[in-house]
Amino acid sequence: MLTPLLLFTGLALALGVGLGWAAKRFRVESDPVVDQIDALLPQTQCGQCNYPGCRPYAEAIAADEADINQCPPGGEAGVRALADLLGREPKPLNPENGEDTGPTVVRIDESRCIGCTLCIQACPVDAILGAPKLMHTVIEASCTGCDLCIPPCPVDCIDIVPPTPRFDDWRPGIPLRVVAS
Amino acid sequence: MSERNPAGEIRLHRFHGGLRLRHNKQVACRYPLERLPVPEQLIVPLLQHRGAPARCVVEPGQSVLRGQLLGDLPDAAGRGARVHAPTSGTVRAIETRAMAHLTGQAGPCVIIEADGEDRCAPAEGIADALNAAPAILRERLRETGVVGLGGAVFPTYNKVQGTVRDGVQGDGSIHTLILNGAECEPYIACDEMLMREQADRVLMGAELLRRAVGAQRVLIAIEDPMNRVEGALRDAAVPPGAVPAEIVLVPAIYPEGGERQLVQTLTGREVPEGGTPRDLGLLVQNVATAAAARDAILDGQPLIERIVTVTGNGVRDPRTVIARIGTPVARLIEAAGGYTDDVARLVVGGPMMGYALGNDGEPVVKATNCLLALSTDDVRPTQPEMPCIRCGDCATACPAQLLPQSLLFHARARQWDETEALGVNACIECGCCDFVCPSHIPLASWFRYAKGEVQARHRERAVAEAARERFEAREARLARAKAEKAERLARRKQKLKDDADRKQQIAAALARARNKAGSAGTDG
Repeated sequence: MLTPLLLFTGLALALGVGLGWAAKRFRVESDPVVDQIDALLPQTQCGQCNYPGCRPYAEAIAADEADINQCPPGGEAGVRALADLLGREPKPLNPENGEDTGPTVVRIDESRCIGCTLCIQACPVDAILGAPKLMHTVIEASCTGCDLCIPPCPVDCIDIVPPTPRFDDWRPGIPLRVVAS
Repeated sequence: MSERNPAGEIRLHRFHGGLRLRHNKQVACRYPLERLPVPEQLIVPLLQHRGAPARCVVEPGQSVLRGQLLGDLPDAAGRGARVHAPTSGTVRAIETRAMAHLTGQAGPCVIIEADGEDRCAPAEGIADALNAAPAILRERLRETGVVGLGGAVFPTYNKVQGTVRDGVQGDGSIHTLILNGAECEPYIACDEMLMREQADRVLMGAELLRRAVGAQRVLIAIEDPMNRVEGALRDAAVPPGAVPAEIVLVPAIYPEGGERQLVQTLTGREVPEGGTPRDLGLLVQNVATAAAARDAILDGQPLIERIVTVTGNGVRDPRTVIARIGTPVARLIEAAGGYTDDVARLVVGGPMMGYALGNDGEPVVKATNCLLALSTDDVRPTQPEMPCIRCGDCATACPAQLLPQSLLFHARARQWDETEALGVNACIECGCCDFVCPSHIPLASWFRYAKGEVQARHRERAVAEAARERFEAREARLARAKAEKAERLARRKQKLKDDADRKQQIAAALARARNKAGSAGTDG
């Protein structure tokens, strides 16, 4: 009677110690779920989700503090992808966070710019180039369209524009369906 | 590498699927090659190749000579090809025009008003090219804007450059150069005419390309109905000291001229998915590319003209001509006797993979191998599309060994991850599945659409990834700046404290000294 009891107690203790050691030894610093969620977010870093960037929002979703429908730039497709990943039901975008406007970028009207550098400090992806009292300009290829540079601008010289179409953005359309007349 | 039969011939292999099509090539081979006169105005697009458009280096009003540089590489490392003036004259404008591109998009074009004199810019061939260093030969391909003339217009320099690193000849990565003369699409006969009439150029180009990549042997693959071509190639002069090229007749099963299909036919090995023939130690080049490489290396002549087949029941007198790049397509049609009364559609390329051209004012570009004018009888009455009956004919015909039915269902449902997992990117858009489908489903168009969407998603992801990196770099920089500021403040505070301590100490010492002096004074 006593032998199995001792045996299993001993086994449980040994395994427990082993697991405890393994948990310390092979600890993963970042949460893989957060990485997976972050990989689905559009990385505009716009803060429309009420978190300061995409990664903090991903952390909040992983910690169940935020819902999956707070990212307007990701659009409905983004919500669906998050729902697929997390095994939840997709839901429409939360209108409080804004609307999906499609891809946009900002452009500085250089004749009005006074070179105050406020937009440079606001840009989360360092996509604005300039120096104090000199004209600033937006690097379009790096602009995510987050519009965070617009509120700080004292002379309102930043406009939201559609991105310049690029030659290799062309995609073949859906084939036409020929129906019997 | 290749197995041989007792007679010493290369044993050929069969690739999956494919179709036997009617050739319809002979109609364009009845006349010898003829060089068209230079038109008064040429439209030279700055994007005629795979990669970024060339950077324009001329200005409106400037006079140019034949072979003068119009567009340079966008950057030193970038993929692309140079563009040269096809004749001498004046640059009238640089403007956005339709440029006979597969996508139908307009782009920057240099408009040249020809002066009729066709004066040549000073050009010099490489002296003793057969003994020149491979790096010099390859550099010449870059300078002269040679691109693959088989259809994909991949810059030849980029294709050969990966093979020999640091200019060391023959590092063993490429052992065989395959010249692709198996023009598999019906109607197209420009490579056939080239090999019939200018076999010397092809063989010389083959030898120069072989040296440029350090390969040991050369295979020239032609279709088995090309009897006269074989004779011409065998009769042609072999360059002195050259490795004799081996001529292989491959069975005419469309698309045997596709790069992957040709490699499989000749070697029995498959190019890995997402890889290139280089992974097997092979380099495949079109025969016309070899001829252009010969002109570039021996004569210093940039790629400014090409052979174009003008054919189909929609033109009166089909033929194959040599045209300058930038010649309006209408001129070529004129040379072939003009349109017939029942012409219905003008196609660039062959009937399987070609695309319809909206306007015959668009220019001949480096990629234009064939102009196919179809008559009303040729254009199959578009049949209503019926539901898929799962007959599986498409899977049997697919040379890429894909499952067109499953791909179609996922593409229709816009499930891009699934279409990608099923290998839609391996689709070569040959159109075999379309051709055999009894329900008339435009399968290849669906796969072209799916490939575009899959690639667009990859691009979006790459952009997001770059934004994330920039965001993280900025966060790290701000954190570092904050930490540095905090440290500076702490050091200053410490210094102030130290200063205060020191002052106190000095004051205490002074007080002590004063006390001492005071007490000494009272003593004395």
